[in-house]
Amino acid sequence: MPGNPLPDAEQLLTALIEQMRPAVGPATGLIGIHTGGVWVAERLHPALKLQTALATLDVSYYRDDYEARGLHRDVKRSEIPFEIEGRDIVLVDDVLFTGRTIRAALNELFDYGRPARVRLATLVDRGGRELPIAAQFSGVRVEIDAGKSLDLTRGADGRLAFVLAERAA
Amino acid sequence: MWLNPSNPQLNKKGELHHLLTLEGLPAEILWQILDTAKSFVGTKVKKVPLLRGKSVFNVFFEPSTRTRTTFEIAAKRLSADVINLNVTVSSQSKGESLLDTVDNLSAMHADMFVVRHGESGAPHFIARHVAPDIHVINAGDGRHSHPTQGLLDMYTIRHYKKDFSSLRVAIVGDVLHSRVARSQIHAFATLGCPEIRVIAPKTLLPAQVEQLGVHVFHDMRQGLKDVDVVTMLRLQNERMQGALLPSAQEFYKYYGLTEDKLAAAKPDAIVLHPGPMNRGVEIDSSVADGKQSVILPQVTFGIAIRMAVMSIMAGNK
Repeated sequence: MPGNPLPDAEQLLTALIEQMRPAVGPATGLIGIHTGGVWVAERLHPALKLQTALATLDVSYYRDDYEARGLHRDVKRSEIPFEIEGRDIVLVDDVLFTGRTIRAALNELFDYGRPARVRLATLVDRGGRELPIAAQFSGVRVEIDAGKSLDLTRGADGRLAFVLAERAA
Repeated sequence: MWLNPSNPQLNKKGELHHLLTLEGLPAEILWQILDTAKSFVGTKVKKVPLLRGKSVFNVFFEPSTRTRTTFEIAAKRLSADVINLNVTVSSQSKGESLLDTVDNLSAMHADMFVVRHGESGAPHFIARHVAPDIHVINAGDGRHSHPTQGLLDMYTIRHYKKDFSSLRVAIVGDVLHSRVARSQIHAFATLGCPEIRVIAPKTLLPAQVEQLGVHVFHDMRQGLKDVDVVTMLRLQNERMQGALLPSAQEFYKYYGLTEDKLAAAKPDAIVLHPGPMNRGVEIDSSVADGKQSVILPQVTFGIAIRMAVMSIMAGNK
């Protein structure tokens, strides 16, 4: 959508919180996917007043593009400070696109246990799915040129903003 | 040739393809390995699917229990299939038989070789002859290099000391025969450690060791004064040719690490040893089991380091 402004991440965050608030309970486990998803989850977590600590997932060891692209440079340790077994889980990512990151996250999640339910929250859904995956909570649906990558950034003041970049080949 | 001509460990993009020595390996790659290893330490899930379907061959021409086992655990935690081969080499026709061995293993569709060999340079030789999609990791060659040991030592030191830029470190004992000492010295220099000391009798130091950028001491208390990190080397009886030492007792008296000698170092200095230890020869039990010893954490971190090296290499084309 050339000429159109990029979605406002801060506005979408507020909308996402309102969408999620009635749908989560105090025992719901929130899991941010590195790196953008963790930033979003860090903002959602206090706003939703969850009793469980915030969890983070780095899916680098579960990605299906490892053969083609190698290991990501800055792999973080996944930190899940609560039991997955039997819990209501919401995965959080910044942009939902092909669905491959979410597939990797689900695989990793199930290595920790069998959750009661897993839902997905994302600031932006840009379409282009290559797997049967959908977000239950989503800020906005946008059309982005397939050759571009929509990336979340976090400023020194903690504010989130989207930028458009060339997709890595 | 598709490998980087200036450094045969790297591919044309400058990424790690083989791990043969820490000498000449860019700081960026050392940091990448150390950072990646951190993601494997203390995780609840022990096994990740990254190397599923890949075959890692542990090819050991020289006996080793700990190193081989930690490589095996590392590969299995990455879901690779592991094949252990203990190969004994006949003293004659080494070059030919080594190549034959490698050709045969390659024909079994290996993706990665982990090689331990008594001769310096053997893993380099193998790396030059394998197919371009096979990765080689040096698990110790002669007196030359033991890069994953050097890396796990760096990981351990970083874990306890956070930063290399103000560290004073000492490497003590049989430097002459030690591939661990060489690997450490190269890594310390690359990571910006300002003061590297070696402490040993003249007979156990390589000629012109100062050219590696180290300060040489022959007296333990002088050498250990105010250091942050002490690495004790194993006295390698099996590599000794001729009488380099009067006796193990004599060595212990002057160079064995006791609580008394360790008192010269900083009070929070840590003590490393690559294992296996000769208690009562290069290190006293009270130090080996004492509160400054990080010898067992070294073993644990060694698995994470080997997982990191394999994950990074196997993804580089």
